[in-house]
Amino acid sequence: MNMIVCCKQVLDPEAPPASFKIDPASNTVLQPPGVPPVVSPFDEQAVEAALRIKDSQGGKITVLTLGNNLLRDVVKKPLSMGADELVLLEDEVFEGGDSWSTAYALAMAIKKIGEFDLIFCGRQAADWDAGQVGSGIAEILEIPSITVAKKVEAIDGKVRVERVIADGYQVVEVTLPALITVTNELGEARYATLKGIMAAAKKQPTIWKPADIGVEPSQIGAAGRRSKLLKLFQPVREGKCEIIEADTPAEAGANLAVKLRDAKLI
Amino acid sequence: MAEFKGVMVYGETTEGKLTALTTELLGCGRRLADELKEDLLCILVGEQLGEAPQSAIVYGADKVYTVEDPLLKEYQTDSYVTVMEKAIKDISPQILLLGQTAIGRDLAPRLAFRLGVSPSMDCLELNIDPDTKLLQGTRPVYGGNARAIFVSESLPQMATVRQKAMSPLEPDESRKGEIAPIKVELDPAKIKTKVIETVKEEVEGIKLEDAEAVVAGGRGIGGPEGFKELEELAKILKGAVGASRPPCDNSWVPDTLQIGLTGKIVTPELYIAVAISGSSQHLSGCSGSKNIIAINKDAEANIFKEARFGVVGDWKQALPAFAAKVKELLAG
Repeated sequence: MNMIVCCKQVLDPEAPPASFKIDPASNTVLQPPGVPPVVSPFDEQAVEAALRIKDSQGGKITVLTLGNNLLRDVVKKPLSMGADELVLLEDEVFEGGDSWSTAYALAMAIKKIGEFDLIFCGRQAADWDAGQVGSGIAEILEIPSITVAKKVEAIDGKVRVERVIADGYQVVEVTLPALITVTNELGEARYATLKGIMAAAKKQPTIWKPADIGVEPSQIGAAGRRSKLLKLFQPVREGKCEIIEADTPAEAGANLAVKLRDAKLI
Repeated sequence: MAEFKGVMVYGETTEGKLTALTTELLGCGRRLADELKEDLLCILVGEQLGEAPQSAIVYGADKVYTVEDPLLKEYQTDSYVTVMEKAIKDISPQILLLGQTAIGRDLAPRLAFRLGVSPSMDCLELNIDPDTKLLQGTRPVYGGNARAIFVSESLPQMATVRQKAMSPLEPDESRKGEIAPIKVELDPAKIKTKVIETVKEEVEGIKLEDAEAVVAGGRGIGGPEGFKELEELAKILKGAVGASRPPCDNSWVPDTLQIGLTGKIVTPELYIAVAISGSSQHLSGCSGSKNIIAINKDAEANIFKEARFGVVGDWKQALPAFAAKVKELLAG
């Protein structure tokens, strides 16, 4: 089974909310000091989904990451978890893209990789949260897609997926090749092992420039956008919490009930 | 090139009825259509649509397109995208709105890429720019830490809308509108997916998204046992139990209880957050609650920034006393 997983380097979504700052002039998010970027957690879980298939029946996992000035320690993490190869689409013209230009570049890189049975993506990137790139790649490659998967199993040349819906899940089968997007309900991604980290350190990523995947700079990154960001801002939080004071938490709990009664909330 | 006219809502139905979110989309779509002085169109796709098309008119649509076919019994990407591609090319609306649901978040991007347009996903607000007459969509980004306003010039302009972000119109039985069935030829050989089964994981009692009181637990609850205490409190309040992401990811509670950016959106009168730190992605799912109450041992926890009342302390001590007092007060 040849598998490709698309992973994005993002601002750490677990960083304290107080450290989140925007530069209003450029409509960009400022990198919080001391908090390094990470592989988007949904993408890590996509790697995990691919690894589970590799564990059960073998296969090869190629990780594909797009960006510029990518931190090697960050983008190599899927390798240290057990992925086999890393391809970086790394160039300044890849920067500033939207779902369109990103999906297009990734799809063209996947065509260049050539052989694949399954493509995995996270359900959405933890920065822009749009959740379009996976479906976009599948549309460009003209292959079926199943989104928001919490379980993926390969059975008899097909893939069986549990897709999360509002009141439960659906079991859906799809022929190969196919693209699957993975949701957090899949469960936590495995930790990198020491052996994995050492193996990853030795591996050199393959680096492709736009010309390597046959795309024009006008089709990718900021130039290839089909949507325009007008404004980025932080919602104002009011922050007027009345803390119930008491000698013990139990007393505070009881006082809270009285408070809610007085405020006619219960 | 075809002229793009009208605001279209992609409606969803369950058992022949419009979903609540569809009525919200119609309410929002009506406002946008009136601003643009255009018609509000609705499209409904399924095996049997029952009374839903008429109901879409009652909730504000001028014209309802229906596509009924046994192959459309269940949502599948290939069949539904094919139907919508044909419908959009024939009708060519200026704006297409969908719900941010299991269907909408799958259908919208794939349809958009086929049509060559760029949707704004999970919008909280939609407005028409008075000068350009283009649709501006405001949506949460960075896990709810920020919001972004997007615009796209490619037509139709597409957006998906979050639950409970918009208000439906009052139903008006006297409203007049047209229902127009359309036929789309589907080739079963081109549907590459097959739905084997649909598994409902409903919990007993009141549905989370309908509850007026929600008792939600976070990572600090520590395991499935703790959630039994939350259930007791929810019972006393005639409410429902929810959770932030870690309890769901650790299988302490079913995934269907997850509240947040990738889970359910709830807006109850009373939201009691127990041992929830208040990450932005969780707050995305509950910040519309009328009153948030927080119990957390960390006085610096982000949840206190959203809460109206709070207790700083170990929930294991605070919650039983709170629940007992609530029970006593409600009984008296």
